[in-house]
Amino acid sequence: MRRARIAYGGAIHEAIEWEGFLKLEDGRIVEEHNVSWLTPIEPRTVFALGLNYADHAAELAFSAPSEPLVFLKGPNTFIGHQAYTRRPANVTYMHYECELAVIIGKTARSVKREDAYKYVKGYSVANDYAIRDYLENYYRPNLRVKNRDTCTPFGPWIVDMKDIADPMNLKLTTHVNNQLVQEGTTADMIFDIPSIIEYLSSFMTLSENDVILTGTPKGSVDTVVGDVVVTEVEGIGRLVNTIIGDDSFTNG
Amino acid sequence: MFKLLLANLLEFNFFIFILTKGVKRMSSAKMKVLGKRELVFGEVNTKTNTVKIKDNKFNANEIQFDTPITGTVFGTLLNYKGALERLGDAVNNEPYNSPPIAPVLYIKPANTFNRYGAAIPMPIGITKLEIGAALGLVIGKKAVAVDEETALTYIAGYTIVNDVSVPHESVFRPAVQHHARDGFCPIGPWIIDRHEVDNPDDLIIRVFINDKLRQESSTSNLIRTVPRLLVDVTEFMTLSKGDVLLVGIPEEAPQAQVGDKIRIEITGIGSLENVILEETENNRRGTI
Repeated sequence: MRRARIAYGGAIHEAIEWEGFLKLEDGRIVEEHNVSWLTPIEPRTVFALGLNYADHAAELAFSAPSEPLVFLKGPNTFIGHQAYTRRPANVTYMHYECELAVIIGKTARSVKREDAYKYVKGYSVANDYAIRDYLENYYRPNLRVKNRDTCTPFGPWIVDMKDIADPMNLKLTTHVNNQLVQEGTTADMIFDIPSIIEYLSSFMTLSENDVILTGTPKGSVDTVVGDVVVTEVEGIGRLVNTIIGDDSFTNG
Repeated sequence: MFKLLLANLLEFNFFIFILTKGVKRMSSAKMKVLGKRELVFGEVNTKTNTVKIKDNKFNANEIQFDTPITGTVFGTLLNYKGALERLGDAVNNEPYNSPPIAPVLYIKPANTFNRYGAAIPMPIGITKLEIGAALGLVIGKKAVAVDEETALTYIAGYTIVNDVSVPHESVFRPAVQHHARDGFCPIGPWIIDRHEVDNPDDLIIRVFINDKLRQESSTSNLIRTVPRLLVDVTEFMTLSKGDVLLVGIPEEAPQAQVGDKIRIEITGIGSLENVILEETENNRRGTI
């Protein structure tokens, strides 16, 4: 089942995908373009992995890490499907990152990799934008690069764990203005989902609605104001985002 | 002559200051009492560590405080002059290559939240923990791209945060494994109203381990002052009501071990006490 959180008719609803429409919990059936998409869950702690695809690590001139390179993201950065991401006027290199998002379903501590999927509620798609102009070498990638307002589209929905036979063999693609710019497969992750859950839960407690963004394959190119960026994970979802500029913000 | 006048004036002011300091007694605060759903208002005396709630007077130790925070806690690295100076020339060498430009931030996730009086779990296989004494700015309203003049008005109040970490030398990669262990972020005991603090950039911070003074610094040593930090952070990242921004950890943070009683004091805010115990399932989950 695919479950979304949306705003419709002046209220927030849980909805499920139903024959190309959305079915609200009160039984109403609405068209997708008539709703405002929120993030499919309200994320608690969000982990993101850097350099978790060997080809992307090479692209950034890094050798593959020997232990997961993990950073955290705050709630300010998340937006839903069909929303807008801000590109500051003075930057030169802002790129999307198509990622499989894993949503934790229950409290997890010291989990062994063979049990890891028991703690997964489902999957979604995230676009973990980075603005490379702001990269600095302190706690890199730093929050100014990775935790900006509006810079992490997440959605459109969460797909139940049991509906995905093998999450480690899914195609990832990014299209900018209908042009294919990034392509990869989750099969190429350096640390797979069970290893990441084993690693994180070895030193901290994970809880329901914690989210793990599992990293992105190679294929980063600069995106500009007006670009429509579609990040898609096979069988999970197609996440649409549009880049807007400072002129949309009066405080810019 | 003018100098003399000024000196007299300063002395007089100082005299008044001492006087008022003696009289100045209770500060308005909000606190979370364990088992109560809402924050309660109280008057606290940060010197005697006493609390007045609805005409009843308590010693802070008689109250079971809960974490007074529900939002996201953001830490700031290298914001004390001494902390950056300690890196010395290393900032120009690999892997850093240049001194930091923007505030270096990190997140203390929800599993780290801990409360006044509770145990800080010593992770299995670790023997020393670093005690990060931090002034916490509790955000009172949505702060987006604030300016320096009004920055302080976004603060609801101040609290004390023990930003515990597993000691680590390198600050090149995000230190999630070091900062994000269960129970590594005691917060409290209360939130002192913003209006009770004349100047957040002039507060003495002391760390006592087993009642012995182990560190003393002042927020006057910050690289980015409190208003400046809020400006530079909210330029790219909205802070919401209930979030907490830590102003930084002074250099040479003391280390502590199992059995140690930790007390962080910040003038005008209060003192936060915790003890380090061996990790157990219970203290990891914060149930004791």
